[in-house]
Amino acid sequence: MSTAKNSQFQIEPERYELTAGPTYHFETDRRDFFKFLGAGLLVVMALRTTHAQESGSKGHATEQNLPKDIAAWLHIGENGKVTVYTGKVEVGQNIRTSLSQGVAEELHYPINEIELVMGDTQLTPFDMGTFGSRTTPTMNLQLRKVAAAACDSLIGLAAAQWQTGRAHLVAQDGKIIDPQTKRSVEYSELVKGKQLNQNLPAEDPLIPAGQWRIAGQSAPKVDGRAFVTGKHQYPIDQKLPGMLQGKIVRPDSFGASLASVDTSEAEKLSGVIVVHDGDFIGVAATDQALATQAAAAVHVAWKADTPQPSNADLFDFLKKHPVRSAGPGPEDFAPYVKGSVEQALKSAHHRSQQTYTVAYIAHAPLEPRVALAQWSGDNLTVWTGTQRPFGVRGELAEAFKIPEENVRVIMLDTGSAYGGKHTGETAVEAARLARAAKCPVKVQWSREEEFTWAYFRPAGVMDVTAGLASDGSITAWEFHNYNSGGSGINTFYDIPNQRIGFHPSRSPLRQGSYRGLAATANHFARESFMDELAHTAKMDPLAFRLKNLKDERLRAVFQAAARKFGWGARKTVEGQGVGMGGGFEKAGNVATCAEVRVDKQSGEVRVVRVVTAFECGAIVNPDGLRNQIEGANIMGLGGALFESVKFENGKILNARFSKYRVPRSSDIPTIEVVLLDRKDIPSAGAGETPIVGIAPAIGNAIFDATGVRLRSMPMVPDGLKTT
Amino acid sequence: MAKITQIKVNGTALKIDADSQWTLLSVLRDQLDLTGTKYGCGEGQCGACTVLIDGVAKRSCRTQIGLVGDNEVTTIEGLAVGDHLHPLQQAFLDEAAMQCAYCTSGMIMSAAALLNSNHSPSTDDILQAMEGNICRCGTYPRIVSAIQKAAKAMPAPEKCS
Repeated sequence: MSTAKNSQFQIEPERYELTAGPTYHFETDRRDFFKFLGAGLLVVMALRTTHAQESGSKGHATEQNLPKDIAAWLHIGENGKVTVYTGKVEVGQNIRTSLSQGVAEELHYPINEIELVMGDTQLTPFDMGTFGSRTTPTMNLQLRKVAAAACDSLIGLAAAQWQTGRAHLVAQDGKIIDPQTKRSVEYSELVKGKQLNQNLPAEDPLIPAGQWRIAGQSAPKVDGRAFVTGKHQYPIDQKLPGMLQGKIVRPDSFGASLASVDTSEAEKLSGVIVVHDGDFIGVAATDQALATQAAAAVHVAWKADTPQPSNADLFDFLKKHPVRSAGPGPEDFAPYVKGSVEQALKSAHHRSQQTYTVAYIAHAPLEPRVALAQWSGDNLTVWTGTQRPFGVRGELAEAFKIPEENVRVIMLDTGSAYGGKHTGETAVEAARLARAAKCPVKVQWSREEEFTWAYFRPAGVMDVTAGLASDGSITAWEFHNYNSGGSGINTFYDIPNQRIGFHPSRSPLRQGSYRGLAATANHFARESFMDELAHTAKMDPLAFRLKNLKDERLRAVFQAAARKFGWGARKTVEGQGVGMGGGFEKAGNVATCAEVRVDKQSGEVRVVRVVTAFECGAIVNPDGLRNQIEGANIMGLGGALFESVKFENGKILNARFSKYRVPRSSDIPTIEVVLLDRKDIPSAGAGETPIVGIAPAIGNAIFDATGVRLRSMPMVPDGLKTT
Repeated sequence: MAKITQIKVNGTALKIDADSQWTLLSVLRDQLDLTGTKYGCGEGQCGACTVLIDGVAKRSCRTQIGLVGDNEVTTIEGLAVGDHLHPLQQAFLDEAAMQCAYCTSGMIMSAAALLNSNHSPSTDDILQAMEGNICRCGTYPRIVSAIQKAAKAMPAPEKCS
């Protein structure tokens, strides 16, 4: 790795959570495991304990050396069933599949006979949440270690049973085999009648990526058949006997407070329960139609908090309203400084300065937020779609002033999230209504609620200044991001003099995590500006990047994308333009080339072809990775061209799919993906980083086609105005 | 308000107890436990709730149950024949044309309606037919491939002599 990456700094811990989650959690007593798992072999991975402890054959685990923090556990039952427990969750990124591949690989066991129990706070180990592309680099590694340790244990058991040495024994397809005697024994036989409990040895050798047989190959989505037949149960599909449907009475604008409320008419409706608790007003009824009717029958007046900023003055507002409280301390926002930008600018052959902006955009997961809550005395169970089941458990415990161990949050594979399902408001709403109704209540947000009361990807302003030497070397680089965030803010280009800063602002709208988060904004500004500088230096944009870039991995993706794309080819069509953008984030390297066609009469911009080269270390599931890269490009295309949350005075003006445009079939270009498989580098996550290249690639292509430089995302919400 | 007491779904007449103005979506999901059909927007814009009514794609979130009458409703649960998947279901699996798969039921039903009326659609035909279905995960290119694959796998309708 080059010095650019080694010197990576963190200006702000990423804003993955709107509010800090509880830092404490309660442990599961390991003796409880066998109660619900039955006999067999249990392998536990402790985060801090490195004692390798094998409890031998029959008997219970002792409390000695019990780990204080557990990352994952795996159980092999007497029936041969392998169950793996992880607090990570499946939101469509297909980690249920890729994690199963890792386990199957190390355990030498068929993938379709492995079950992953995910994101159930009663059954799975504590986990902070599924975000930041951390599942593949951390959980995949941990589960592989657990599986390798289990396999190691099974070999030991077979050696003991056969009274032979263990070194020559091999594991294969659920059996331990002695190649010398041709004996074999099934895993299920080895664990029969036993309660074996093993901590993970400190260093368990894992199978190198170059020798993978199951990982490294494309694997179909686990349980795919349930999804194409409509049988998969999403959180929204959960049902309990006697369940009521809940509906929340929302304020008419952000920041509004309750002026008066009259619930008497709603309360007269048969089968309706009305809850008024502080500013919370909600109803629960036997069906959705009645709940909607009851909510409408609540007569309520709100006192608006006005005036509030609107789209029109947003960027000015963000620059004029700095805050210092978005992170742990002010020192986190100290700018990164290297050399002297002032001196370098003074002596530069050419100086340039530009401002870029990005709008608030919505996650718009197709499955809206939903929760079903059930109380039993002081115990609460909630089924909900969330990336942070343990965080939601904490929110519920806090809201109802009950201990966390009284709360169980069950997360079923949900209808996507993209960073948008970190918070537990829907769970709290359902639980509040269920407590009053004394029966289970489901709260399902409408699309309008989803577009209004969820949080958004932050809007932001980026100011960039650079100095160029006469040979096209960048000598000075100054970059400031207002509000949108610090991820991906540092430049990977080799520039001797830099000053880079992130400046949190008072956001007029509720904002939070999003796929790629600020890396999209920072890459848009940086890679658009790189294109501008290349034109200033009268250099080809690829050659200009490579001249200023030493990092081999990043050079490799730029070169691979350009080669596949046919970079440098002569234009053949009127209105055609090409551009590129790329970068490094979350241990993944991406470069995207785009071709656009601009109809100069109508202003219509069509992205016709996209090539993305991506490298994230050793690839676990190649087709799953392609799917993520294609999807990231398509989602990124929406934010690049037309997605934007419109708001005025505390109200969202386009809270519907008919008013908020997302990419549809006809918007989709031909997408080609080049995967660079680096088996010598640990696997990194890929759900986010592939999204960062497309916006600058499209913007640069529009400039190439028309000479018009677009510096605000979305770039052409209403077509391109060339005059 | 008029009560509706029966609809025909997936080849069977089923008893329901619904006001005529309720949506077909709510009846399918809340009364008949046919939860494969999804809520996505409630305004007919995302296609997650798509079902077939007499073979034609309809948005069940915008279809009042009172207007369904004796017409045959087909949902995602009614496409496979026993364990034998419909060619579209198989093609969606083969092409991995899904991520979170929340849109998949609606996608498959919209595609089924297309193939009912056009057994060898062009790419443009497919794009046009699927324009009303949102896949927020962005698996559109795979969905188009899956529909093309299914079209080839399905027997062509008998030609009139």
